[in-house]
Amino acid sequence: MDEDRSIEYRQGQIPQELQHNVVITSVDYIYNLIRKTSLWPMMFGLACCAIEMICTAAGRYDLARFGMEVMRPSPRQSDLMIVSGTVTKKMLPQIVRIYNQMAEPRYVIAMGACAISGGPFKDGYNVVSGIDKYIPVDVYVPGCPPTPEALLHGVLKLREKIAKQSITQVSWYRKGSQDAIPVPVLGPDIFDPRRVPEIRKRTLAPRPDDDGSEATEGAQTVEDQSEA
Amino acid sequence: MFGKGVLKGLGVTMKHWLYTYVDDIRKIPSRYAGGRDILKQMPDEEGIFTIQYPEEKRVIPERYRFTPMLLYDAATGKDLCTACGICTKVCPTQCIWIVRDKDEKGKPISRPAEFYIDASLCMNCGLCSEFCPFGAIKPNHDFERAVYDRHQDMIYDKQALLVPLEYHAAIHPTEYAEEEAAKAAKAQAKARRAQSRRRRGSAADRKPGEDGAD
Amino acid sequence: MSEMSAQETLPYHEAVPGAVLERLENGSLIVAADKLLQLGTYLRDHEGYDLLSSVTGVDYLGYKGRDASNRFEVVYHLYSTKRGGGPLVLKVRMPESNPELPSVVSVWPGAELQEREIWDLYGIRFTGHPNLRRILLWEGFNGHPMRKDWHEAYYEEEHKPFRSRHPNGHHVLAEDRAPWHDNVFYPEGWDPEIWQEPIVQYRLPTDPSLGTTGDLPTERIVVNFGPQHPSTHGVFRMIVTLEGETIVGLEPEVGYLHRNHEKIGERNTYLMNMPFTDRLDYLCSMSNNLGYALAVEKLIGAEVPERAEYLRIIMVELTRIINHLLAIGFLLNDLGAFFTPVLYAFEERELILDLFEEAAGSRMMCNYMRFGGVAHDVSEDWLERCRYLVNERLPRRVDELERLLTENEIVVARCKGVGYLSPEDAIALSVTGPLLRASGVQYDIRKAEPYSIYDRFDFEIPVYHGCDVYDRYRVRVAEIRQSIRILQQALKDIPPGEIQSGKKQHLLRVPPGEVYSRIEAPKGELGFYIVSDGSPNPFRYHIRAPSFVNLTALGPMSVGYKVADAIINLGSIDIVLGETDR
Ligand code: SF4
Ligand code: SF4
Ligand code: SF4
Repeated sequence: MDEDRSIEYRQGQIPQELQHNVVITSVDYIYNLIRKTSLWPMMFGLACCAIEMICTAAGRYDLARFGMEVMRPSPRQSDLMIVSGTVTKKMLPQIVRIYNQMAEPRYVIAMGACAISGGPFKDGYNVVSGIDKYIPVDVYVPGCPPTPEALLHGVLKLREKIAKQSITQVSWYRKGSQDAIPVPVLGPDIFDPRRVPEIRKRTLAPRPDDDGSEATEGAQTVEDQSEA
Repeated sequence: MFGKGVLKGLGVTMKHWLYTYVDDIRKIPSRYAGGRDILKQMPDEEGIFTIQYPEEKRVIPERYRFTPMLLYDAATGKDLCTACGICTKVCPTQCIWIVRDKDEKGKPISRPAEFYIDASLCMNCGLCSEFCPFGAIKPNHDFERAVYDRHQDMIYDKQALLVPLEYHAAIHPTEYAEEEAAKAAKAQAKARRAQSRRRRGSAADRKPGEDGAD
Repeated sequence: MSEMSAQETLPYHEAVPGAVLERLENGSLIVAADKLLQLGTYLRDHEGYDLLSSVTGVDYLGYKGRDASNRFEVVYHLYSTKRGGGPLVLKVRMPESNPELPSVVSVWPGAELQEREIWDLYGIRFTGHPNLRRILLWEGFNGHPMRKDWHEAYYEEEHKPFRSRHPNGHHVLAEDRAPWHDNVFYPEGWDPEIWQEPIVQYRLPTDPSLGTTGDLPTERIVVNFGPQHPSTHGVFRMIVTLEGETIVGLEPEVGYLHRNHEKIGERNTYLMNMPFTDRLDYLCSMSNNLGYALAVEKLIGAEVPERAEYLRIIMVELTRIINHLLAIGFLLNDLGAFFTPVLYAFEERELILDLFEEAAGSRMMCNYMRFGGVAHDVSEDWLERCRYLVNERLPRRVDELERLLTENEIVVARCKGVGYLSPEDAIALSVTGPLLRASGVQYDIRKAEPYSIYDRFDFEIPVYHGCDVYDRYRVRVAEIRQSIRILQQALKDIPPGEIQSGKKQHLLRVPPGEVYSRIEAPKGELGFYIVSDGSPNPFRYHIRAPSFVNLTALGPMSVGYKVADAIINLGSIDIVLGETDR
């Protein structure tokens, strides 16, 4: 989905019919101006990064300057989800559900190393290695935690991205764009319903080597490398 | 009287609101120390102090840590890093990857051929720079690193990491001065040692490699 | 015969014969599992060990001198709130197959959540536990992850540093290394299509008399708060049973931020854990640093130079101020004073964070303490600014905060008499920190078992006897004032000199042994339990987190109040999820 969008941004620069050009660009301009200057983030914090997010909203950095001070606790009223902190497997179904409840156009900022890739806790058995594996992410803000300025820089990047969109191309006026993302399920480990066939195939199929557990495979790769 | 507490509280809020303006007026032309592009809130600022990022920026303290950078000497074009691997050993997230360079015969030489830092893992802890014996890796101050794609843009290779020594001197002036002083002192000590050795005239007790930086 | 007499010399032999099997060199007692409850009751009632501080599970697989017959161990740390002083350590050893021991919830109810955690992570079963189900993970999770032979999906090597990083460190993503490309692992033969979600049995109240008002027929309903709810301070969930508006049962559900701190901590070297402790209670990284540094210093016997001691105290007390300011701010948030008090708290916090950033390099994740000292020195200018803050600004601001809130009729009406927790209950539930002191128990580790250089400062332990939310607020304000007092003294006396004893080492060799070291963190007793096997990595690394243990009290203290009070009760406990779930 993310890929589709970025292709659209690029295409959005070149409308097909020339006579519509002027009209559409100014409509686009106004459409994007309104959207980008009143992004309402969702009041949604996960971990340490959330505190820096609150700092961004507090007096020193003042998110209100960007028209973003209305933090909504309800996903239905917000446009921007700032995934601020470590996404754990236990929390993931809820996050995807919340994302599904947000109305289009919706944007996601992955704030901090944890939300981007699992960060310092990536090896953890309960940590999702990157929220972008489950929901599309628009901007990644590295840091641990990103300082308020760094988050604001991410917001500005997002605004740039919004400014490049075109009303003729955006996905949310098309059919099928509103399909919800399947909510992951907590089994013996988290699994994505979209991957059920693959999981089935691999867990039920007999393995070539008998004790082919995860751990030994990982160790093998390490050895391979050191030999190389 | 019932309601007195509430009124008193409202008084506090009122005062807070007014104080911002009082401070503004008291410190005409600007209470944002040092003009409006270098900002630092002093402890005696009473009102709300807002930094209008991105137009204004806060003074970043010297020790501020963000994803590290690698230094090279612009004069000689050489990296400071010797691929000793200590930073990979202290890094808590194990996000530093180093390939040590080899000469034609395949003997390892003290220079990194490849150097990666995975910024999507780095926890900005600063341990790598704290324990690097050569002062080759330093925390960067550039926090404006938001990207659209994490797989391409967040794994910094050597090219992306290298910055000239001058940049380090500019953002870490005190630390740089200390390093330079330490270096000068060491050079001096070395010279003195060499001198005394020459005076004694005994080449026997000269240990090779003793002069290497530690 | 000689065996018999050896038995008799063991402690508590007359009271509970045969309970103590062995006395170890470091003073801890090995207890027979079947006599544990008896001994516990005796210790609580006759020896004054009323506070069960921490319960820790340890898996000794591969440890020298251990085999399958005593692979698992559960460690209890008992303290006395009246006497103060050090702990009495009880240990129960269990074999590899079917480890089981009686639950001590009937003696010390505060063990409830901690025993659940051990069951979850180690698979040690506590018989007689009222509600033994997984707590940090979910029901149906595959295995017990803290066992030494359980490997996570991204498992690379047993211990850091990993060999693949140098000198041949071609960058490989963990995703590319792991067979599923994700951080997941499914047991062989598992079929997601026929798999059924296990049924989770929440404990619902059975007492029919609770909450019924008049003749109005009401029906009990169960309401879920969270995990995404604006007033749960992060990802925390409460399962509240209501009768009308009255709470008849409340069960906390945690684990939504379980980041496997301990598992990662056992892979790390000692030093690597320091920045990880920052992320425990992320509002008070300095206190966590101190707690961890003290624990490791106890193991290696490091000295700390004077100046570093003072710097540590200064940082930790500043942290306490930040934490209490925010706790009050968020409590008011929960009361509905939306964001104004929080913003005021943040204003002061920013100034303190500026100081932290200058001294340590980061606003929140300070990573400031080292074993045997601190990482960086501070300048005279820094101290001067800190003095100004402490002497001039903060006292004034605390007065202002009090003017804003203490007599505010709405605050008083909402908080007074809400969330009653009697002193006896508080101790029994292992509650510590401001929560305990608001229940009229004057217990503060800084006085009861002084660490660092707290014995040099002149300060008091504020205590209130209201046992309600209002007094928890007042205790926090009073503690801010005491912290300011300590800071004033520390900033006056801070000597010049070294900040680090010995040479800074990145690979620390720690002698084999174990240590439990605790400090009075802003939220309560923060303990680190470390077992070392002599290698550069801790063998067991456990955190006794105050937020987690204090949560035990949330249910008992909310029952009987209105549903809106559950939220301020939670606010008054002041939890931080990073620490609760670790
Ligand atoms: S990125 Fe760092 S600060 Fe943010 S949630 Fe993760 S550990 Fe905490
Ligand atoms: S510790 Fe310093 S010199 Fe050694 S490999 Fe790392 S950056 Fe290079
Ligand atoms: S700052 Fe810390 S996490 Fe980042 S590369 Fe350096 S040692 Fe590793």
